[in-house]
Amino acid sequence: MFTRKPDLDNIIVNRLKELFGDDFYSHEFQYDMLSLTVSKTLLMDIMGYLYEDSFFKYRFLTTLCGIHYPGTDKELGVVYHLHSFTHNHRIRIRAFTEIGDLHWPTATGLFPTANWMERETYDFFGIIFDGHPNLIRILNVDDMTDFPMRKNFPLEDQTREDKNDSMFGR
Amino acid sequence: MVNIADPPDGYSGNGFFATSLAHAVGLARKNSLWPLPFATSCCGIEFMATMGAHYDLARFGSERLSFSPRQSDLLMVMGTIAKKMGPVLKEVYVQMAEPRWVLSVGACASSGGIFDTYSVLQGIDRIIPVDVYVPGCPPRPEQIIDGILKIQELAGNEPLRRRNSKEYDDLQHKYGIE
Amino acid sequence: MTEPLENIISANADLVSGDEHREYNTLNLGPTHPATHGVFQNVMHMDGELVVDTVQTIGYIHRAFEKLAERRPFYQITPLTDRMNYCSAPLNNLGWHMTVEKLLGINIPKRVDYLRVIIMELARIGDHNICNSVIGVDSGALTGFVYMFQQREKIYEIYEEICGSRLTTNLGRTGGLERNFSDKAWGKLRVFLKEYPKVLKEFEKLLVRNRIFMDRTIRVGPISAERALAYGFTGPNLRAAGVDYDVRVMNPYSSYEDFDFIIPLGTNGDTYDRFMVRQEEMWQSLSIIQQAINKLEKMDDKETYHADVPDFFLPPKEQVYNNMEALIYHFKVVMGETDVPVGEVYHCVEGANGELGFYLVSDGGRTPFRLHFRRPCFIYYQALPEMVRGSMLSDAVLTMSSMNVIAGELDA
Repeated sequence: MFTRKPDLDNIIVNRLKELFGDDFYSHEFQYDMLSLTVSKTLLMDIMGYLYEDSFFKYRFLTTLCGIHYPGTDKELGVVYHLHSFTHNHRIRIRAFTEIGDLHWPTATGLFPTANWMERETYDFFGIIFDGHPNLIRILNVDDMTDFPMRKNFPLEDQTREDKNDSMFGR
Repeated sequence: MVNIADPPDGYSGNGFFATSLAHAVGLARKNSLWPLPFATSCCGIEFMATMGAHYDLARFGSERLSFSPRQSDLLMVMGTIAKKMGPVLKEVYVQMAEPRWVLSVGACASSGGIFDTYSVLQGIDRIIPVDVYVPGCPPRPEQIIDGILKIQELAGNEPLRRRNSKEYDDLQHKYGIE
Repeated sequence: MTEPLENIISANADLVSGDEHREYNTLNLGPTHPATHGVFQNVMHMDGELVVDTVQTIGYIHRAFEKLAERRPFYQITPLTDRMNYCSAPLNNLGWHMTVEKLLGINIPKRVDYLRVIIMELARIGDHNICNSVIGVDSGALTGFVYMFQQREKIYEIYEEICGSRLTTNLGRTGGLERNFSDKAWGKLRVFLKEYPKVLKEFEKLLVRNRIFMDRTIRVGPISAERALAYGFTGPNLRAAGVDYDVRVMNPYSSYEDFDFIIPLGTNGDTYDRFMVRQEEMWQSLSIIQQAINKLEKMDDKETYHADVPDFFLPPKEQVYNNMEALIYHFKVVMGETDVPVGEVYHCVEGANGELGFYLVSDGGRTPFRLHFRRPCFIYYQALPEMVRGSMLSDAVLTMSSMNVIAGELDA
């Protein structure tokens, strides 16, 4: 379990409310971590603020990944996990977008490590990170046109002929 | 004790030994297979164990790994072959000189294993012909050694003309290899 | 080949810097080069023997773990984690179980925690064992590899006693371990603890003050602490650069706070420091295992090997056949009838290569809605071009092996 730091959590929540207003984000506590949901337009400002601020110093990007909620109005999202070594405290920042608007601000300016993570997210979900130095597919074959981690993409290999679907009630 | 391979059937007398050419060539091929380890994942670590001091593949005359496909006899495919890797594997197979054998080690190489996914090739026999399959995820070193012994059996008993036969040509054509 | 090299290079042209009047050679290393110890491709731009830049292509063993995990019940994801960093599979297994336990809010008994610590530290020794001996192989010293791998066989044997499998262990269950340690396992563990220090000492004598090895590794592939942090390094590679970040201490899990151990640090972040940090970590792991055994011996309880969570922990087989309640629970677990909380949880353990994280989003179903693995290899391997720029080709190979890039973990 990560150590919860309720004081710090409250400071972050209040400070962000002061700076960015109530409308743009919401927060909740998920298990041992503060989880912020922010709007896409403010995402980089908030992360930049948490990075630059001499008190918070969230300067370690633990991981970044996409998520897909099909059938909702904000289908695609990106989840960032930030870590402040000064406070030994982690936070989660999430932002969502419609399926029609795939453009997304890049975090490579703040964290060089976001380079491959964003390429992976592009590869899996098709989110286009504007300003990324080299946004090409990373894990899948280059001529793939689909984005495999979206929920509507079939998992199983489509070329197999030895499977009898009726045996599995499919 | 020095382990010497048994001689094939033949006639021996005072100062001579006569056998068929196929037997003699088979004996030589069988006991000096040069494997090319095409290790991609977990099975590759078990292959390291097979090569290590404990299991010691050198006992079977196969300790000389050849990382150049042109000088190897046995292609050992160990681990998952993703679709991105498929063409590379085929290229390596084509570059090998005849006679060549293929050993498919592990469930992934043989059939895709637990990875029935869009990105994994469902068995390497979709792109290259395979001689021996070793099951297991990953197989124990004993099983890998058993697979190599099976390859040795094939190599030792292979007729000299097999590689020039029409059947063999057809097999290669089936995989699109000229 | 999937794509001609020219295309890859031109696509990455903006990354390649250098004087355009000089002549550069292009060298293709991989995807199945024996010196890379894994399947990843490096297209290197060479000025003679010096590396000017390298363009990395990965994904040659992409197996879609994250997609696959969305179709599998929680307890069936363990085999997938095995195959991520297959050099230290138990670490991944137990990390995953702890993530699920965090989601379900299960409290693990101390004894189970200590047993898990023993297993995890054994796995760490096994992983560092391979990595360090392979650094030796790449610098031309095969002997160490043969010595060390024999000891790895001993670790395999202990795994076999604990869970029945050698490499891909599928070890542990949600809520504990699948069985108690047998007497044979304890015996083998004691023998290992007695023999391994001797071999490790011998291995150190072979390499640590060896002039050739030192010349080959010191100041090879260095990275500063700032850059390492910016690139998201964790684990031994970060500690070699001088940052004392270790999940076991910063965010203790599985009762690591009860143990007394040192985090070794390097100063230059070069290949030699990475080697030495791993070497010292093996000594520390041995000490942790010994401490855990001592603590377990002091406990009166010798039987507990799982928490009391019948909803998630499979009952013993003999009870399933004879006992009504056990049969019901067996069905409930296998068919996934128990409710799982809705929520998001991130848990991380100190894997052999660094912070191994699991980000699990549950929608209450029997499978994860989304599962993301933070794979340390994937994150730090992208720093390679910066680390090898301006060094010799053979040094680049050493840098690669000292980073311990495991292809399965790299490509998910």
